[in-house]
Order: sequence, then C-alpha cells, then structure tokens
Amino acid sequence: MESKIHKTGEQDRFIYNFNDDPSQVVMETIGMKVYYGDELAMHNDDIQFKKNNITSLIGPSGSGKSTYLRSLNRMNDDVARVTGKILYQGVDINQPGIDVYEVRRKIGMVFQRPNPFAKSIYDNITFALKRRGLTDKKKLDEIVETTLKQAAVWDQVKDSLHKSALYLSGGQAQRVCIARALAVKPEVLLLDEPASALDPVSTVQLEQTLRELKKDYTIIIVTHNMQQAARLSDYTVFFNMGEAIEYNETRKVFTRPKVQLTEDYVSGNFG
Amino acid sequence: MKDTQLQSKIAIGILKGIAFSVVLILAFLIGYIFVTGLPNISWGFLTRPARAFQAGGGIGIQLFNSFYLLILAMLISIPIALGAAVYLNEYAKDNLFTSIIRTSIEILSSLPSVVVGLFGFLLFVIQFGYGFSILSGALTLTIFNLPLLTRNIEESLSSVSDDQRQGGLGLGLSKFETIVHIVIPAALPGIISGVILCSGRVFGEAAALIYTAGQSAPALNFADWNPFNIDSPLSPLRPAETLAVHIWKINSEGIMPDLSQVSSGSSAVLVLAILIFNLSARYIGKKIFEKMTSEI
Repeated sequence: MESKIHKTGEQDRFIYNFNDDPSQVVMETIGMKVYYGDELAMHNDDIQFKKNNITSLIGPSGSGKSTYLRSLNRMNDDVARVTGKILYQGVDINQPGIDVYEVRRKIGMVFQRPNPFAKSIYDNITFALKRRGLTDKKKLDEIVETTLKQAAVWDQVKDSLHKSALYLSGGQAQRVCIARALAVKPEVLLLDEPASALDPVSTVQLEQTLRELKKDYTIIIVTHNMQQAARLSDYTVFFNMGEAIEYNETRKVFTRPKVQLTEDYVSGNFG
Repeated sequence: MKDTQLQSKIAIGILKGIAFSVVLILAFLIGYIFVTGLPNISWGFLTRPARAFQAGGGIGIQLFNSFYLLILAMLISIPIALGAAVYLNEYAKDNLFTSIIRTSIEILSSLPSVVVGLFGFLLFVIQFGYGFSILSGALTLTIFNLPLLTRNIEESLSSVSDDQRQGGLGLGLSKFETIVHIVIPAALPGIISGVILCSGRVFGEAAALIYTAGQSAPALNFADWNPFNIDSPLSPLRPAETLAVHIWKINSEGIMPDLSQVSSGSSAVLVLAILIFNLSARYIGKKIFEKMTSEI
C-alpha cells in the first residue's frame, strides 16, 4: 500500500509503512489512544517499527513522544488509560490476559536519568534474572560479561563488579542500565532520552553503542536532540500535540519532509 | 551601609541568636545532668539491683528491663509500621480512606503518652489479663511508637526516587517485587535511622509504662533464660520497671538515703543512652547502606 499524506482534521500527516513486507515489522500500534483521566493525550499514531533498526521519536516538549514510548511496553498502565492495539510479533499486548511482566522483559526500557539500583553492579544486572529463578553462577557471570560488553562498559567496570553501582559516573551508570535491560534478553529496547543527563563525550559513546546494538535489537529512542536523531536513527517519527505527524526514513524527514509542520520543526522555525 | 543591608544583617543576627539559644539550652541541660550524674555511675551501679531502703542500690534490672522492653516493642512495631508505610506510600490512592488513615495516624501521634498508658492499662492489663507485665508494656509502647515510626519509614520510602521503581517495573518485575527488593533496600538507611531515633523516644518513655509494665522490678535469676519461668529475665509476663519509670518513682516516693545520687546517676545513664541512639542513627544507617550496596 502506498504511504500518502493523510488529512485528519486540519492537520496533514505522512506516515510511512512496511505493508509491502510485513515480516520486517517487529512492533506496531494500530488505533492506539492514550488518555490521562478524560483527556485524550495521544491519537493518530499508527506506527510500524522495523526490525534491527533505530527509530527516533522527536517532537517538542509535551508532544506525546514519551507517552507514546512508555505505552509500548505498558509502562503507562498506572498513570494512563491506553486503548487500541499494540502489536508485538503480531500479538496484541494491550489486552487483558497478557502477562505484562513478560511484555516488559521482551520490550526493555532505559530511562532518562540513569537509575542504577542500590546494589552492586553485578547484582544490578543479575537481579531480575535471579528473581526469575536463574541461579547458576556460571551462567550469571557469563551474562554479566556479555551484556556489559554489549553496553561497552565492561573494560571500565570489570574490576569493580561487586562494588556499588551508585558511585558510577552518569555515562557509565547509563551503560550499566542498558546492560541491565539487555540481561533479560529483550528483542526491543525502548530508550527515553537516554543521553539527556550525559555530557557530550558520553553521549557520542552511547550513540556508538546503540549503533552496535541494533544488530541484535530493535531500538526505539525518544530524543529532544534533533542532531542526535539525524546522526543515529534509520527512521524518525515526528510528534506534535499528541499525534504522529510524520514518519519516514530519517534522511527524508530531515532533508525533504512531506509535511509543512515537520519542515518548520526540523528547520527550527517552530512556534 | 544601606538601610536594607543593615536591616537584613540585624535580622540574620537575631535569627542566629535564637538558633544558638536552642543549642545553649540543650548544652546546659545535658551538661547539668552529666556533671551531677556521671560521678555516680560505676560498674556496680549499672549492674546491682535497686535497694528501697538502704544506700548502695543500682539500676541493673531497670537497665535490662529498658532494653528488653525496647527490643520487644520494636519487634512488634517495626513490621506493622513497615506494612503501613509501604501501603500508604506505594499503594494507597489519594482518596477518603487514605486520608482517614493519615488523620488517624496524626491523632494517634499527638495523644499524650499518659493517655496511651491508661488505655494500655485498661486493654492489656485488665481486659486481656496480662497484668503489669513486659508484654502489656511492649504492646502499649507499640501504640505509642507506631505513628511516628510509620511516618519515619514512609518518609524514607518517599525519598526513594521514582526512577528506581520505574527501573524495577521496566525489567518485568512486579510492583511488589520492586518494592521489596529495590525500594525498601534503597530506603534502608533512612528506615534504620528512623528506627533508632524512635528507639530513643521509646527508651526514655515513662508515662506510658507506669500503668502497664508496672513500677516494680522483682529480682531476676540471670541464670534462667527460659522465658516461661516467671523469674527469668526473658519472661514477658513479669512486671518490669524501666529506667525512666524508676527515675520517676524514686523521685516521687523514694526513701533510700542516697536518693539524689541514684536519681542523678540514672538520669545520666538514660540521657547518655538516648544521646547514643540519636548520634549513631545516621552513622549506622550510612554504614549499613555501604555494606549492602557492595558485596565486599
């Protein structure tokens, strides 16, 4: 099916899709709406996420990009009401009877501020596995090493695995949090402005890590930094006022946007 | 100098003076108690049983009773307070039921301890038939202690950043797992400090115990640790005068010749113990946190 500019109300929208090859799609939302109380916070947001790609969600503050992201692994359950379909591997995970804890293990999340637990680095990574009954020390050691290597922080912390994770620098702590999310073997990794609390050097390193990770994971990242989205991602969604306005290959979103609003935003004439 | 600058200088000076006077009052009080009391403290004084009519009595049994009661009261109140605090901070929605709970806790915490004591007397001593006993005292102290302890623990829990909870949920842990294994450990330093501070308050409490744990300290057989024997130190059903009650009692009806020495010595011990509780609270909380977060 051809992607084309939709007219919904006053607003033009352009949403790319992979309907010619659905096997590439690992996650998608169909008719999803998010309500805070009675207030509709998110709608018109049918997005398909391509496997082993990085998709950026951009948009001004309050545009709903974080709300959208957090709905994908049901982290909004406590604060909002989410209706519509969220398909993961073709299964609607937004329906009663779905094991939400399993969903969150399959669709991992890394948060804006690094949030290591008040435990050792080792325990931070193995904790969730131990809670699921994995006690084989050798296996746990192996997972700790692999995930820390994947998160590109193994060399810095390998000698202090049993020290508290609270004393790590912001960049290292955020990587340990990524390793922690990887330890439960997710397929999709959601990142909510993961670099906003990091310095520029750590940010560049983090982006490099994410590029490496996309070989094995599908990554969806919220960022308020447009350069970051442009550098890092394969696809970009632009959100505004609780709607997905434009979804396309990153290159196209930033160079030849189809919707005027997107053009205004990426060129800085927004407001 | 401009008027406004002068004004603010004077204001700051006055506020400093007020703050300093608080320190002064405390220093004077503690200083006086220590100067008059510390010379009377000796190993014998701390270990001998009290004497009603002769000089040379000690506070051994009272001291033991105070600690034993404190431990029992804490054993009962910590799980209850922790449960209440976890419920209030983590689960309770902002509704009428929650605000009724909160108001009740506030009212309970402002009840005079002598009223709590008389309530304990009626309920535990008379109604339940526990008599003047450690058990009655510990249960009454629990009522006395619960509101503040709950509040303390709740504050420690709420000081744990929400990011920690999100982190736990994001890993596919249930809310309960997240609270038990992530939030409570992260709050532990605060919880422990709170418990120790409450201990100081419980340790020095007299009015709530006069009619519940009783005003007599029968001789104990420190060779018998079977809690079911009535003269065992661990027996929960024996009457147990604590140090704070002892001070109150000898000052109101004591007739021993060395009354003032015993009284000032006991006061110094009591204040010293409470001071240690207070000063150690933060340190111990921090140490435990360090120990817990790293495995070495």
